[in-house]
Amino acid sequence: MKSSVITFPGSNCDRDIDVALKKFGFKNKMVWHDDVELPKSDLVVLPGGFSYGDYLRCGSMASKSKIMNSVINFAKSGGLVMGICNGFQILVETGLVPGVLLRNKYLEFICKNVFLKINNKDNPYFKNLEKNILEFHIAHNEGNYFCTNDQLKEIEDNNQVAIYYCNESGLTDKNHNPNGSTNNIAGIFNKEKNVLGMMPHPERMIDQSLSGEDGSLFFKNLINNIK
Amino acid sequence: MLVNEKVAIDHGLKSNEYKKICELLERTPNITELGIFSAMWNEHCSYKSSRLHLKKLPTKGKKVIQGPGENAGIIDIEDGDAIVFKIESHNHPSFIEPYQGAATGVGGIMRDVFTMGARPIANLNSIHFGSPQHKKTKNLLRGVVHGIGGYGNCMGVPTIAGQTSFDSSYNGNILVNAMTLGLVKKNKIFYSKAAGLNKPVIYVGSKTGRDGIHGASMASASFDEKIEEKKPTVQVGDPFTEKLLLEACLELMAGDSIIAIQDMGAAGLTSSSIEMASKGNLGIEINLNKVPCRETKMTPYEIMLSESQERMLIVLENGKEDMAKKIFDKWNLDFAVIGKTTSTKNIELFFDNEQVANIPVNTLVENSPMYDRKWKKAKLPKKNKIKKDVFSKLKIKDVLKKILSNQNVCSKEWIWQQYDHTVMGDTIQKPGGDSGVVRVHGTEKAVAASVDSSAVYCWAHPLTGGKQVVAESWRNLISVGATPIAITNCLNFGSPENEDNMGEFVECVQGIGEASKYLNFPVVSGNVSFYNQTKEIGIKPTPSIGGVGLIKDYKKMISMDLKEVNNLILVIGKTEGHIDQSLFARTILDEKNGPPPEINLFNEKNNGETLLKLIEKDFIKSAHDVSLGGIITALSKMCISGNKGINLKKPKVLMSEIEYFFSEDQGRYIVEINPENLKDVVKILDKNSVHYDELGVIIEKDMIIEEKTKVTIDELKTCYTNWLKEFMSK
Repeated sequence: MKSSVITFPGSNCDRDIDVALKKFGFKNKMVWHDDVELPKSDLVVLPGGFSYGDYLRCGSMASKSKIMNSVINFAKSGGLVMGICNGFQILVETGLVPGVLLRNKYLEFICKNVFLKINNKDNPYFKNLEKNILEFHIAHNEGNYFCTNDQLKEIEDNNQVAIYYCNESGLTDKNHNPNGSTNNIAGIFNKEKNVLGMMPHPERMIDQSLSGEDGSLFFKNLINNIK
Repeated sequence: MLVNEKVAIDHGLKSNEYKKICELLERTPNITELGIFSAMWNEHCSYKSSRLHLKKLPTKGKKVIQGPGENAGIIDIEDGDAIVFKIESHNHPSFIEPYQGAATGVGGIMRDVFTMGARPIANLNSIHFGSPQHKKTKNLLRGVVHGIGGYGNCMGVPTIAGQTSFDSSYNGNILVNAMTLGLVKKNKIFYSKAAGLNKPVIYVGSKTGRDGIHGASMASASFDEKIEEKKPTVQVGDPFTEKLLLEACLELMAGDSIIAIQDMGAAGLTSSSIEMASKGNLGIEINLNKVPCRETKMTPYEIMLSESQERMLIVLENGKEDMAKKIFDKWNLDFAVIGKTTSTKNIELFFDNEQVANIPVNTLVENSPMYDRKWKKAKLPKKNKIKKDVFSKLKIKDVLKKILSNQNVCSKEWIWQQYDHTVMGDTIQKPGGDSGVVRVHGTEKAVAASVDSSAVYCWAHPLTGGKQVVAESWRNLISVGATPIAITNCLNFGSPENEDNMGEFVECVQGIGEASKYLNFPVVSGNVSFYNQTKEIGIKPTPSIGGVGLIKDYKKMISMDLKEVNNLILVIGKTEGHIDQSLFARTILDEKNGPPPEINLFNEKNNGETLLKLIEKDFIKSAHDVSLGGIITALSKMCISGNKGINLKKPKVLMSEIEYFFSEDQGRYIVEINPENLKDVVKILDKNSVHYDELGVIIEKDMIIEEKTKVTIDELKTCYTNWLKEFMSK
């Protein structure tokens, strides 16, 4: 299985996701933002970090990079595109997924483990995953998902919410919402469910010595689903 | 502008220093030259009050590749790998403008590390604020934490450990010390020594602006009521540009075109060009019209003294300019050939086709002033005689809860949760433990790092305090299973012109030297920050020690959380009941006098090395060093992080429970072992003549003390975790 990770100026989780993808069997290529052509890929990842220093708006300048034309075409033709953290912010800016990401409610960067309830398993990302609740890691300043009521209705009608912030047993309430996201939304799909944007970092959970191993489950399952 | 003595004094120079400049040049300097002298000769850059004493520190060792004198120190961690590390202060700017001051402190120290070819792999910090009741404290704390996070998070370097304290002596002068560790291959280290004639001198990075002019001079003076006017001397950071600069520099460094490289830190283009020339025993010629400027009509004076961030100076091999430029173009960074190396041994500056400065390099460096300041020796204070009935009146549970919620003990999660501590995917021990630990990417090895200071002990008796900080750093590394290798120090003191403050400096340095020599724990880099005072009131002497150690097999790393019910708890090292200067004495008894706990370096070394042997044999399930708040505080933290309890018993010794549990005798560790291993563990301890006491057995969720006092771990946890969060949300 072939994957591509796009490096933008200011990306800083590009190496981490490269390590994770390779660990679970992807042949991964790093692609420079200024390139025009996307290598042949089964999965494209927009990594976390601070592309363009988060200047103007998080993800906005990166969304206009040369390579993004190819990424958008790839997504529109059904290719799998996953944006993590800053990658999610970039996806939002391209319009591939609906909504925006505001500053965290308490105006502070937050770095910690969180629990996530999987809402929709009928897609290549979460299909066949044994667990319904995952523990991933978040590290962001602008992860407060927001959309209009109309958008929210549409998102829910189409079952586009991928994951919600929750507690250990799956309860999604205000006390387990780290950043003020609308309805505890932590990640969403496009209508077709081939594009996934999420704030949490599965690539930081791929080793028992790190924060945990739920990321390993996610990537193992992902590559099996793509095969 | 004409230069005279008054102008020189306005630049922070003393009148005798101005005279010396005129003598060395055999003429009156022009204003640009005077600016350069003032930048090079201030305390921050010249170490004029401290050099004499710093020379006494042990800086060599088998593992030391580079000691003090370069951008950072370097140690060998085997297999061709090396760790580059240093700690540096950014106290003055952080007090004036906390966000930018702290942010650029972090940016500056990371540049010091990647200048040497190393990719930064971990950040740490030691930050000290005034009393929580002081009106500025909360805003300063918030600003500093946001600044540290803002810069480090954007760079994608994990912040893995740190230290925070509150003390009214920092009311008028907070401390912000930032430390960075970088990883480099031993054969790919870059230095700042220029070599060869007519080699191009290259400027890369951000453009030069008018920010931070005279920053280093500002950091070499005390504060007064006009502090707000100093805001323009604080630099403005751009971590995005620094991230690009990091990647571009590392890309260029992969080749062999760089002769020397130096970041532009304090005193910007001035100190970077002069240091390179001085180390190479060469001259440098610079055409200031070629320097990329952010603002129009900048004068030579401003260009030379600007402390704009994210800039580097490189001496390149001839003919490599185009190749190098391509790399910096790719990363959208400025690249300009601004001069060349010369044989004159002078720094020559040109602007609009005129020579605007011509100074022999040695006058700025070797001939810079060095002072043997007067200092006062501190006497060891007399022991307090605390009546025994004072102890018997206290309820241990109440005391423990107060200590755990004390601002200098309580959890600093509110702070470190705002730092990305997991990026780069190798953080195997997060903040909150004895040391932060990161794996050496792609290997079985890990590097542990800790930063410590004990201002109260140093204030009570500087010599003992100096030793203690080094010993504590050593213990923090051992507690996670790391073999300590070397330290970096950031020496924060009041005015060197005050005999008491100078005495504190001299004796703390002596203490640091003695301990690091005995423990074979050399000082490989550091920085001195004097004049940490507003008007006449100086801070408590606060040397911060950053220690680094190696864990050969990261799977053998130890953490402090209690692991298993029925395991045994021992304390290694002897408890004598030293209460003076303990947190207990200061906060519960309100007793501020007396000597700090004694440091016995033999025991310190013996206890630490014996614990490492036990760890090597896999006998240790968890460990934590005993420091502020004594045995029971250390144990409580272990219980809280492991969510387990303990049935705790005081051994039969001639002291009260309070003395036994809250005293701060040094050289002690608490360890968890499996009861099956007790015999073997005791055998090793006895063989090495290490004292130990058995403290009790791990149980579920309660701490039971002497079968009569019971407190739940949840209660302790609430005390420990809530204080800072509540303080910041009020």
